[in-house]
Amino acid sequence: MKILRIGTGAGFSGDGIGPAVDLARSGKLDYLVFECLAERTIALAQLDRLGDPAAGYDRRLEQRMRAVLPDCHRAGTRIITNMGAANPLEAARRTAEIAAELGLTLRVAAVLGDDVLDRIGPCVLEETGRPASDLGDRLVSANAYLGAEGIVEALAREADIVICGRVADPSLFVAPMIHAFGWPSIEDHRLIGQATVVGHLMECGAQVTGGYFADPGAKDVPDLATVGFPIAEVSQDGTAVITKLPGTGGLVSRATCIEQLLYELHDPARYFQPDVVADFSGVDFAEIGPNRVAVSGGAGTPATGRLKVSVGARDGWIGQGEISYAGPGAVARARLAGEITTERLAPLANLIEDMRVDIIGLNAISPVDPSAPEPREVRLRVAARCAEIEAARAVSDEVEGLYLNGPAGGGGVATMVREVIGIRSAYLPRAEVETHVHMFGEPA
Amino acid sequence: MKLHEIAHGRAGDKGTTSNISVIAYRPEDWPRIEAEVTAERIAAIFGPDVQVDRYVLPQLFALNFVLKNALKGGVTRSVALDAHGKGLVYAVLDMRL
Repeated sequence: MKILRIGTGAGFSGDGIGPAVDLARSGKLDYLVFECLAERTIALAQLDRLGDPAAGYDRRLEQRMRAVLPDCHRAGTRIITNMGAANPLEAARRTAEIAAELGLTLRVAAVLGDDVLDRIGPCVLEETGRPASDLGDRLVSANAYLGAEGIVEALAREADIVICGRVADPSLFVAPMIHAFGWPSIEDHRLIGQATVVGHLMECGAQVTGGYFADPGAKDVPDLATVGFPIAEVSQDGTAVITKLPGTGGLVSRATCIEQLLYELHDPARYFQPDVVADFSGVDFAEIGPNRVAVSGGAGTPATGRLKVSVGARDGWIGQGEISYAGPGAVARARLAGEITTERLAPLANLIEDMRVDIIGLNAISPVDPSAPEPREVRLRVAARCAEIEAARAVSDEVEGLYLNGPAGGGGVATMVREVIGIRSAYLPRAEVETHVHMFGEPA
Repeated sequence: MKLHEIAHGRAGDKGTTSNISVIAYRPEDWPRIEAEVTAERIAAIFGPDVQVDRYVLPQLFALNFVLKNALKGGVTRSVALDAHGKGLVYAVLDMRL
């Protein structure tokens, strides 16, 4: 019986390249998947593309492709990625050029159709209840979450490398299973649901192999510094073994798999995807060997017939600043610094949409525990989202001003002003989103 | 006893909603976790603006809490230090049983 070997080469845009090279070299993989597109990344890429029509794809595409293409070509490993971001066509063209420069004959496909900016105007945004067109010229991008369909078509047309923009992350993994196993129908909801479980476990890279898991003394992870990226050994029925390369650091256990299964999940019985509503509620794991965990029990029901769309819009500016206080009375001095900064910013109140004044070390991340001992070092943090860049600058300037005009002993000021690209959600009927595949290097 | 001694978990984000898993290390601790770590106790940690739903996965000895409105403004627009609310799971694991 055929076992399909799929590896994850990246779980986010900034992920390490070394572990992907290890997988390309030693993984004996059928597929290597790079998931590099967070919610906001595509909107930022769209801004790049507005400045340069040949830009708008992942900035590390070239570096990644050069690092893995020779080994993937040698091993017969096909690559699937969403590194196309806002410009999959240009990313595919560039990848075909890189392959040619490396002396490799490879077919590269671009999956298109996720960009729905031209028809998003009348769609109502979930967060505001208003049509997207109300955003006017602040609207930057609108990308539908495509399913597996376009990738499956590209693989059927013998693409060695498939480059997408916005595709639901698990679909990057579901598509090669559909292609390789010749599953007859995307309407087999149990099968596609189980495949989605495997895709979900794999899509965040090392988060299933011991990354983002270690808690010394409670949850220890061996050799986290050299953590290996995951491999799924998938069977015809969609069940799989999650593992990693021998000799790499990290850990694949029931516990690492359960944490990742529930990551970013709401109702476990209804995980909404373009091709299926996956049901994770009956999933179970079994440790069948060192760093080998079998996963089964995924199911599903029919997809909703509408696709989620990420809508990106310019949404003002965030200005922030931090300053540290240490030693006796550190918390009281930080608190006073926060109070006077708030008072000094009062004249800008009508330009400030949201503001937080926190004391890092005391209450910046979790609710205050009044029984905890007072920390000896703290850091005041003031951050505000403002309609105008000048107001955001004023926020960071007031924190810097605490050097001469604030409480005693403040040090280590850091400030930042950045534009906000806010992401909101809308939905489009699936029938209104058409997927196309463009091939480079296909014989005429 | 702190929940941290018998359970682990991870926080995830989607828009303004956070989800936080609570997973028993050992099956023998599961009945206690299922009985004591209720939606009401989680809601008490995060205050009245946050709406909490609890899902139970008994074969995994795991709970999944969905916290609507826990990430004010949404991850992309938030002015919070930890905009994703990644650290919120430790506020839950800090719960006294």
